[in-house]
Amino acid sequence: MKEVKYQDIVNTVAKLCIDSNCLIGDDIINAFQNGLKVEESPTGKDILKQLIENAEISRNEMIPACQDTGVAVVFLQVGSGVKVVGGELFDAINAGVAKGYKDGYLRKSIVSDPLRRKNTGDNTPAFIHTEIVPGDSLKITVAPKGGGSENMSEIKMLTPAAGWEGIKKFVVDRVMRSKANPCPPIIVGVGIGGNFEKVAYLAKKALLRDIGTVHPDPFYQEKEKELLEEINKTGIGPQGFGGRVTALAVFIEAYPCHIASMPTAVNINCHAARHKTAVL
Amino acid sequence: MKKITTPLTEAAVKDLKAGDSVLITGIIYTGRDAAHKRLTDVLKANQPLPVDLKGQIIYYVGPAPAKPGYPIGPAGPTTSERMDPYTPALLAYGMKGMIGKGNRTPNVIEALKKYTGVYFAAVGGAAALIAKRIKKCETVAYDDLGPEAVMKLTVEDFPVVVVNDCYGNDLYEEGMKKYRKV
Repeated sequence: MKEVKYQDIVNTVAKLCIDSNCLIGDDIINAFQNGLKVEESPTGKDILKQLIENAEISRNEMIPACQDTGVAVVFLQVGSGVKVVGGELFDAINAGVAKGYKDGYLRKSIVSDPLRRKNTGDNTPAFIHTEIVPGDSLKITVAPKGGGSENMSEIKMLTPAAGWEGIKKFVVDRVMRSKANPCPPIIVGVGIGGNFEKVAYLAKKALLRDIGTVHPDPFYQEKEKELLEEINKTGIGPQGFGGRVTALAVFIEAYPCHIASMPTAVNINCHAARHKTAVL
Repeated sequence: MKKITTPLTEAAVKDLKAGDSVLITGIIYTGRDAAHKRLTDVLKANQPLPVDLKGQIIYYVGPAPAKPGYPIGPAGPTTSERMDPYTPALLAYGMKGMIGKGNRTPNVIEALKKYTGVYFAAVGGAAALIAKRIKKCETVAYDDLGPEAVMKLTVEDFPVVVVNDCYGNDLYEEGMKKYRKV
């Protein structure tokens, strides 16, 4: 068994919260720059330039790129040979989120109850997804997720007869209806398969990929390309002002499913697609 | 690029067209869901507003905390449609402009025509850049609402784009149509 200390987890999670919000990934900045080459709208180009400048200010001064520093979504891959000492794993994650959101001057955006709506004051609880994997390391990914883009997400329990055309129609239609609200250019996570609760997780997990990476399965590589082209024909453009660059990427996660089902979920992410990973 | 200063006159609003890039200098006020509810309740009761919004612009924003030495934290726009139920009453009172992001409902677009108002969008997610254009920030009403309190912001060259002008034009609709390839 490998021992991982409670306090090391707290400190690591705190740093991941701050870094993910302030250090926009090179993949995103490259995508903005590539977008500038294809964007036809002058306003659209100006938006992309502002987003590049924004990312630079954020990185240089370690201030969040967006004021909505989101829900702290935490993905854990816990090696079966890992033992947490000095406290409980989930307590350490939440203590890390509270510390990171305080020390990093990040906005606290969580209410303790969906109807009574009192702010918890420290951005906890984190929304934690855990996988047990072979090995003796603990992999932690923090992916803060803003509310504006999350509100534009949707699940549809499609049936097999809908086929790829049905999925394509649903995804493109979801983006069309979202218009400017999720802060385009967006990144689109698509979950296909599994069941009702699994498919939403797949769509969220898809958003962890870096822009520029390709799906390991050539079949889905093609599907991702096709969806991205369709979405970029909508004309929504940067910030919805009209233009070519509506989405920077489409990522698909597929999973086995029931013979009667073809669940599909669309999780939309804004251009501030934040995620940072550490391994203990 | 057009430059305007606040408060806005009727003539200044009439000069703005959907699609214009604009830099705003002067005072703007913040307000989100909870503040809007209170402001419109006050108007309904024929009481005076805690800040005079005649000719003014409201910015829909909930900033992140300010780091020491900064006047304000990152401060990008939030989604405007949540404020739509309250907006016509404020426009009727004399508020002239709003800054946010995302589409407005038809009743807001109608009210902009009727009362000569304008809706601007700031760049969602460009919060660090936008904060650089905010020079001063003070809470002026509803302190108890925390980040949702009404704040008075002194801004210089605050970058926005006109989405809905007072003539019924809508950049979101027209821009999308222009670049659509389906």
